[in-house]
Amino acid sequence: MQTNDYAVKLRRDVFQAIADPTRRAILLLLASQSMTAGAIASNFDSSRPTVSKHLQILTECDLLMQQRNGREVVYHLNPNKMKAIADFIEPFRQMWEERFNKLEAVMRKFKDQP
Amino acid sequence: MEQKTKVHAEDGGQELFITREFDLPLHLLFKAYVEPRLVEQWMGTKVLKLDNKKHGSWRFQTTDEKGNILFQAGGVIHDIVPNQRIIRTFQMEHAPFEAQLEFMDFEELTGNTSKLTVQIVYRSVAVRDQMLAMPFAYGINMAHNRLQKIIEKLDP
Repeated sequence: MQTNDYAVKLRRDVFQAIADPTRRAILLLLASQSMTAGAIASNFDSSRPTVSKHLQILTECDLLMQQRNGREVVYHLNPNKMKAIADFIEPFRQMWEERFNKLEAVMRKFKDQP
Repeated sequence: MEQKTKVHAEDGGQELFITREFDLPLHLLFKAYVEPRLVEQWMGTKVLKLDNKKHGSWRFQTTDEKGNILFQAGGVIHDIVPNQRIIRTFQMEHAPFEAQLEFMDFEELTGNTSKLTVQIVYRSVAVRDQMLAMPFAYGINMAHNRLQKIIEKLDP
């Protein structure tokens, strides 16, 4: 049971990580190349510490990996983890959840009509 | 918040199940699927045709404000039993996806609650997985478009 709970928690964390548009943009930016934190931050309007925080979250859930290159630290995608989330069905589920919420709202309004 | 909608897709299978419990009496849930005016409201699409009978067919269409077709789909109703089930095919037009088979089971839970189970069968495991991944890919695309705008702003 404990292992199961852990797996669920881990999975939720990945979803929280990719739920944020800036973090998704970072993943996309790193899809074709490895980059330093500074180079990544230069692509965004957000402050450097904000981008660092995003990088930290993405690294903690294993979507990104850090690699030391002399004095520089570069970030790159963890392809195995990315493949795993590409299979995940959460955005698909959310799409249906929204659709059905709408259905429920429309029918409640319909029911209340005289 | 509790998640009312559940999706179950077995690894390596070519089908998936979507279940949802509604705070609606069974007959209202069913009505939402057969009354064109109501379908249009919750699906956000125009109903060109919805012939609710065995061997009838259906066709939905969504256009933008200029009248360009954004989405068009249709299929055949294989079987329909009021307040119980609809079995139909679904295919998007002008899209590289093949037809899928949908079994929709409507159940009463209490006088005011009901449950819908949608089983969708795809042509292959690969097609099912592709359909599952689409909203995820869409999310990445949205991020990409936003990024594109940021880059354009930085580098005019």
